[in-house]
Amino acid sequence: MALSIFFDGIAYAMILFVLAVGLSITMGLMGVINLAHGAFAMAGGYLAVVLINRLAVPFVPALLLAVALVAVLSVPFERMLYAAIYGRGELDQVLMTIGLTLMSMAVATYLFGPGPVTLKLPGALDGTVPAFGREFPSYRAFIVGVGAAVFAALWFSFERTVLGAKIRAAVDNRAMAEAAGINTARLFTLTFALGCGLAALGGALAVNVVGLTPRFAIQYLVVVLAVVAVGGLGTIGGTMAAALVIGVADVAARYFFPGASAFLIYAPLLLVMLLRPRGLLGKV
Amino acid sequence: MERSERGADTSGVSAAERFLKGRDGLRAIEALPWLAAIAFPIAFPDCALLGTHVLIMMLFALSLDVIVGYAGIVTLGHAAYFGVGAYTAGLVSARLGWSEPISGLLAAGIAAGAFGLVTGSVLLRYQHLALIMLTLVLSTMVFELANAWADLTGGWDGLMGIQLGPLLGLFEWDLRGLTSYGYALTVLMASFWWLRFLSASPFMQGLRGIRENRARMRAIGTPITFHLLIAFTLSATLAGVAGALFAQANAFITIEVLGFERSAAVLTMLLLGGVGRLYGALAGALVFIVAADWLAKMSPIYWEFGVGLLLVLVVLLYPNGLLGAIERVRAQCRRRSA
Repeated sequence: MALSIFFDGIAYAMILFVLAVGLSITMGLMGVINLAHGAFAMAGGYLAVVLINRLAVPFVPALLLAVALVAVLSVPFERMLYAAIYGRGELDQVLMTIGLTLMSMAVATYLFGPGPVTLKLPGALDGTVPAFGREFPSYRAFIVGVGAAVFAALWFSFERTVLGAKIRAAVDNRAMAEAAGINTARLFTLTFALGCGLAALGGALAVNVVGLTPRFAIQYLVVVLAVVAVGGLGTIGGTMAAALVIGVADVAARYFFPGASAFLIYAPLLLVMLLRPRGLLGKV
Repeated sequence: MERSERGADTSGVSAAERFLKGRDGLRAIEALPWLAAIAFPIAFPDCALLGTHVLIMMLFALSLDVIVGYAGIVTLGHAAYFGVGAYTAGLVSARLGWSEPISGLLAAGIAAGAFGLVTGSVLLRYQHLALIMLTLVLSTMVFELANAWADLTGGWDGLMGIQLGPLLGLFEWDLRGLTSYGYALTVLMASFWWLRFLSASPFMQGLRGIRENRARMRAIGTPITFHLLIAFTLSATLAGVAGALFAQANAFITIEVLGFERSAAVLTMLLLGGVGRLYGALAGALVFIVAADWLAKMSPIYWEFGVGLLLVLVVLLYPNGLLGAIERVRAQCRRRSA
């Protein structure tokens, strides 16, 4: 029993990681408080539903297509809307991104109705896989695999490629990076598209685990922001650590203390954020 | 009163004094909204319920203006204080059987203020993103606590059995809501004028200074955190009073009073009206609630989309809100005629 709760927790943590890591990178790089991240995740979820259920695109290509579409779609948003608020105060950033979120929720309700939708899973992901002498749901195993792959790919491209080095440089000191000849405006657009693509992947993976309704855009916002805050802005390892702790703790609390679960999660989260405002692994 | 800065009068009045008088001095036109508010239920007695809701949200937006507008602290969790006030007023009546409304209102203000003092003393050590996230997580925690403790709060089903005695022992609560309108208007006016006179005080000047430049204010000896804490407590108290009015006027609340949507809505109202000018809170709440009522009657989707679009447009085009936009137009007219 404990093992399968733990496994569910890991799967949930991987969804949180994929949802949060894009936000962590974009917020760390651009300094914009992007509360509309959940809206891009929701867009990914609904796109996956349309591609798979209505257009009968195979599962994995559909996921990739949804991610690519949301990433491309995010570019005009970044150029026209976000670029205008980079230098502005927090209030403007918070309110504009809340505005975008509200609009996305209205559009989603108009197109798909207020009720929950689910993805049709291919046969291979619908059953269970045996491991350690037990049966685990294979879709959750797939999610764990995707989460680990995203982590590895991001870690590699951040630590070992020129683009990653440029992004890290711009996160640390934008003016200095510009002085060194890095085109930060283009870097911002590229990173924003990457972040939104990751959000879309998280949203698509989450559909059959937590359910997809138009409220998805704000329902998971607090916990995703908490993962970002606890993990530390712009850190991939920290985000993974925070997602694992919060994801496993959340699922366990839901199982062992069904009535009080959400409260039990937020109280220690608040404590960690108070004690380590730069994140678990961040510099104090 | 005419602005004196255009005249050539320099008789012993310093430029700073004239600037402050021009910005914070009373003007005759300020009586207008209050006369309109008093005339409203006489002209439209059937709309008193909606009017009461507008007045309550005006007070809530006003409370937020103290910390967001004057002190420049952005919070995503102000509904926590509104909700603490609402539940205090609701619980003393529904669970303790105390039905006198004004003492319930005061108890709510004190409870929310105390909560603001305690949470503020921790929260205000942080700034920017960390502060925003902390307020968001704190208010979510309070919401989930009320949800987990549904035996006491009624949870999503709502708190039943809020019974109120007649106001001051004289006015029965009528179905058209005229008593609650008068009650809410009196509380709003008292709070507003208190803040209005306070807005010219060294205390509020200090808050503005902290918003503009913390380092300089610290350098001239302002105890920043203490100053902010007083403002935060004041703001939480007023939010709690607004929440109490909400609970008493509706005689019913659910944990929705503590929700993130309410925190976002009140920030929206403030931005719509204009930040840091008190009247912005009034104008924003009026436009927001009336538009919500009107659009939601057609379809909640229109309302959601409309308010989202409005937010994006206001941030991009009119960062000083409706009142700021009006001022800009007036300044342009003046320049053209000059």
